[in-house]
Amino acid sequence: MPYSALTPADRTAMLETIGISSADELFADIPAGLREKARNAFAEMENGLSELTIKRLFTSLAAKNTHVDSAISFLGAGLYDHYVPAAVSAIASRGEFVTAYTPYQAETSQGTLQVIYEFQTLVCRLTEMEMANASLYDGATGLAEALILAATATKRKRLLLPQNLSPAYRRVAQAYLQGLPYEIVEVAYDKATGAIDSQALQTELEAGDVAAVVLAQPNFFGVLEDAQAISNAAHAAGALLISVFNPLTLGVLPAPGSYDADIAIGDGQSLGLPITYGGPGVGLFCCKQKYSRLAPGRLVGLTVDAKGNRGFTLTLQTREQHIRREKATSNICSNQALCALVATIYVATVGASGLREAASQSFHKAAFAREQLQAIPGVELAFSGNNFHEFALKLPVPVAQVNTALQHAGITGPYALGTDYPELKDTALFCVTEKRTREEIELLADTLREAVK
Amino acid sequence: MNTPENLLYTQSDEWLKKEDDGTVTLGITDYAQHELGEIVYVELPEVGSTVAVGDSFGVVESVKAVGDLHTPVGGEVIAVNDAAPDSPAIVNESPYENGWLVKIKPDAEPDTSALLDAAAYTSYRG
Repeated sequence: MPYSALTPADRTAMLETIGISSADELFADIPAGLREKARNAFAEMENGLSELTIKRLFTSLAAKNTHVDSAISFLGAGLYDHYVPAAVSAIASRGEFVTAYTPYQAETSQGTLQVIYEFQTLVCRLTEMEMANASLYDGATGLAEALILAATATKRKRLLLPQNLSPAYRRVAQAYLQGLPYEIVEVAYDKATGAIDSQALQTELEAGDVAAVVLAQPNFFGVLEDAQAISNAAHAAGALLISVFNPLTLGVLPAPGSYDADIAIGDGQSLGLPITYGGPGVGLFCCKQKYSRLAPGRLVGLTVDAKGNRGFTLTLQTREQHIRREKATSNICSNQALCALVATIYVATVGASGLREAASQSFHKAAFAREQLQAIPGVELAFSGNNFHEFALKLPVPVAQVNTALQHAGITGPYALGTDYPELKDTALFCVTEKRTREEIELLADTLREAVK
Repeated sequence: MNTPENLLYTQSDEWLKKEDDGTVTLGITDYAQHELGEIVYVELPEVGSTVAVGDSFGVVESVKAVGDLHTPVGGEVIAVNDAAPDSPAIVNESPYENGWLVKIKPDAEPDTSALLDAAAYTSYRG
């Protein structure tokens, strides 16, 4: 078959097939004013622009962004502004790592496989889980894969997701599980503590057929759950426990393996990855070894070659994904190699003591900030539960109003929880990492005090 | 190739033994284990599950291949050989004895007309 680019006749045929008269109609959802603007911009570039002009154009566009180096960030809600030592990007940008993607003949790239093996090892050590895969796209898809694994392993259909799990994760799970015969059931949170409502959880467990209970530690409100109690309740009902963790917090918090999580997933963004407008992150996926055959993605193993030399190889990836595709429990055959590489270098660079330090400073600085902000008249803690490095405050004025004032002071303000939780109107989720200084926290407190007057 | 006289065989290299109590025991043949090479993984059904004629009741994976196991009889799985998933090499070492895979209680008198006897299987694979 000859290859030819799209001809006008091809276009017409395609448009007729879907019953529209012009390609423009495909973009009807975009406001007409914006389409007009884009058309004009393209028209201006009709004859191309010089390199210098392009550079100026993009520099001016980039300057419009607010980023973590141009404003003091107290925003978390899933992506965290931690310090990344300069060595991390210097090492990650070395030529040897440029093609970090696993090649199709994977074993020819021993260096890439070794990095992934080390990544898996450090994720296992951090989480105290028996196995970790080579990574997934992000934490949210990791959760969706974990839910499918749990349903497959238990041959049960109901998956319990707490409402205090990240709304983004819940939406991804809903989208990902479309068409599968499973039911996602939301479990209420305790309005006073912000933790999972244990009574509501018990009721859903007693309703039966529960494949998995999901627990976010810390949860979306920054509140710490009684992980061991939830784990026990899940296991008593024959369900698996899926722990959604933030790897950086494991410098201080008990690891998912220590409270007997069957599957543990998280986003590795907090391990040295920049926020970059929301991604990419890197999905950390761990489980008990008995579920290794059902785990998504790929796994790198340590082996010896014909001469007895140490070598690395892809294991457990051929069976379902290549030769038994109809039996596959996941269609994820790849991994997020470059981001996993960065996370590996970050952890190797800061070491166990560096992780503990970052986690511990985040915790203590958040506690200090919470104390300062809570003391402001009209501001009160939204939940009584213990926090890690995020906490929710009920404000006397809308969060958007406060954020405008903070923005003027050079601060990226908190997340408005009312966006996803109508009952949490005027409730703001603050995040404080080890990067924040006492002066910055005091500036936040002073600005907030004025803004809520 | 070891092909015991007292067993029946499928063209997909499973063996079947009719027990005195009316149940049947299934496994894979010596030919199959030899062709597969070193077996590294065995997946078996749950006791109490039911299978129909021709169903896949498990998986055997070796270092070079993977295959579904198909049952020539339908019925209830009344026992599985836990030793096989625990140490898959047992299927290589003793495919007809210690390496048996499942016992099925047939839901009807098994139709064995399509199965091969030892002589026929030997000439089929010989």
